[in-house]
Amino acid sequence: MNRALHETCHRMGKLRILVTNPEVHQKAIELLQERYEVDICTELPYPTREQILQRISGTDGVLWCSKVKVDSEMLDKAGPTLKVLATMSAGYDHIDVEELKARGIKFGNTPYVLSAAVAEVAVLLCLATARRLHEGRLKIETNNWESYRPQWLMGQDIQGSTVGIVGFGGIGQAIAKRLIPFEVKQIIYSGHSPKPQAKEFGAVFVSFDELLRHSDFVIIVCPLNEETKGMFNEEAFNKMKPNAILVNVARGGIVDQPALYEALKQGKIFGAGLDVMIPEPLPTDSPLLSLPNCVLLPHVGSATVKTRTAMAVLAAENIIAALEGKPMPAPV
Amino acid sequence: MSAGYDHIDVEELKARGIKFGNTPYVLSAAVAEVAVLLCLATARRLHEGRLKIETNNWESYRPQWLMGQDIQGSTVGIVGFGGIGQAIAKRLIPFEVKQIIYSGHSPKPQAKEFGAVFVSFDELLRHSDFVIIVCPLNEETKGMFNEEAFNKMKPNAILVNVARGGIVDQPALYEALKQGKIFGAGLDVMIPEPLPTDSPLLSLPNCVLLPHVGSATVKTRTAMAVLAAENIIAALEGKPMPAPV
Repeated sequence: MNRALHETCHRMGKLRILVTNPEVHQKAIELLQERYEVDICTELPYPTREQILQRISGTDGVLWCSKVKVDSEMLDKAGPTLKVLATMSAGYDHIDVEELKARGIKFGNTPYVLSAAVAEVAVLLCLATARRLHEGRLKIETNNWESYRPQWLMGQDIQGSTVGIVGFGGIGQAIAKRLIPFEVKQIIYSGHSPKPQAKEFGAVFVSFDELLRHSDFVIIVCPLNEETKGMFNEEAFNKMKPNAILVNVARGGIVDQPALYEALKQGKIFGAGLDVMIPEPLPTDSPLLSLPNCVLLPHVGSATVKTRTAMAVLAAENIIAALEGKPMPAPV
Repeated sequence: MSAGYDHIDVEELKARGIKFGNTPYVLSAAVAEVAVLLCLATARRLHEGRLKIETNNWESYRPQWLMGQDIQGSTVGIVGFGGIGQAIAKRLIPFEVKQIIYSGHSPKPQAKEFGAVFVSFDELLRHSDFVIIVCPLNEETKGMFNEEAFNKMKPNAILVNVARGGIVDQPALYEALKQGKIFGAGLDVMIPEPLPTDSPLLSLPNCVLLPHVGSATVKTRTAMAVLAAENIIAALEGKPMPAPV
């Protein structure tokens, strides 16, 4: 949208919203178009940082659907009109939250509406790693299916296991809820402090160290920040049980990936199921791809129509509330 | 040392007065875990996703890419509501499924526990988002999942088989998957086993395959072996077998 046109919109009193991806669900776009002048980045497969920078100047609100970082340069380009930024994600490690705060820009994300979908992927990765899905596929494809041997391709049971959940927020709790009828022995979790909701699941608060030492399944569901970056390093893998399974549905940066590769290669842990990794997309020559005991999904945690629509709508609702001076449904 | 006995001539054993036992129930948890795994893996396109990564086709950042099916809010149809079927229902409930329906010879009293509703096979095919095969293979069920069955299923439906390959008409399944008549299939059992490496099923992105590992955990196989031994001991001591057929 060119400068003259957007100035006209401002003179007409209609606020201007930028949506940074052409494939954000129509329901959310319509909610915004009812009230505002909406500019949508058009570039496929996805707009680049430069393309977003070209459109962001003079906006009042931005629906951020992108992995591009929101930093000082981006906010300077947006200018003083920007009142709200709503990210279409639960995680916001790509956003300089302090800068937004310093500039008085309201900030919202999309927690809870994606908990079920991400929890389904977390349970999927626990099971797929435990039952050696990738390795089993390779056996079939390479004519190594040893039928009828009663001790072949043995997997790990979820029944009777101890499940350790790192981060017991909405998604962590959704995972706990889904694992209980699998007759797990115990759910333990780590974080800054105990959560009142843990009682519902009989989940016990432990130190990160205890969680590593006692868990048969370790599920990473915490945010990526200065504190958690690389927390799953060689030392962490040395503490884990040799039959343990690591699942990551949070952010690749929480895991020291070369250390994980070594731990898997040497059998320090049983296997890993990852929906997130470094970088994304993963290069085709990544050593993780060579491991039979590593199950990989291309970051599809929230990828269902219902979930992405709900995320888009929530992001739009965050913008609308902020611009109307009301409390956002999902403020950060 | 199995729950299934389609490989055993039960009539012959009976005619000869030979006692016969199998190993139900001790494997229900392990098989149910694999059934749920196959539901999820097919719904979230695990095999296809792996292929995308391996072939440099990971389209990050597109909000409508590689969209999967939700278990939340779905209708799950379980064909055969015995020990394993019930174990599956139990595990699916906290995923907030809309409804569990099941088919078989007659309603089961345990169904109430799961709010599961007894329906005809036909209704199950037409209404289910997930169809899970957990019944025995016999004259009645052989090839029951044929072209006609796939035509009745919903285009978004997912088929999971943890029972026996022979219950499915495999060429018809291949066609249904290839043409998108159903969304995908997750199979732990197939025809034959081992599957030949040139099987057309291996060429389908929407077909998840496991090499018949339903009961393959140390705990489960140990329990099955022990139960089989206990069946023998009881029979030879003239006592009721723990798991007679």
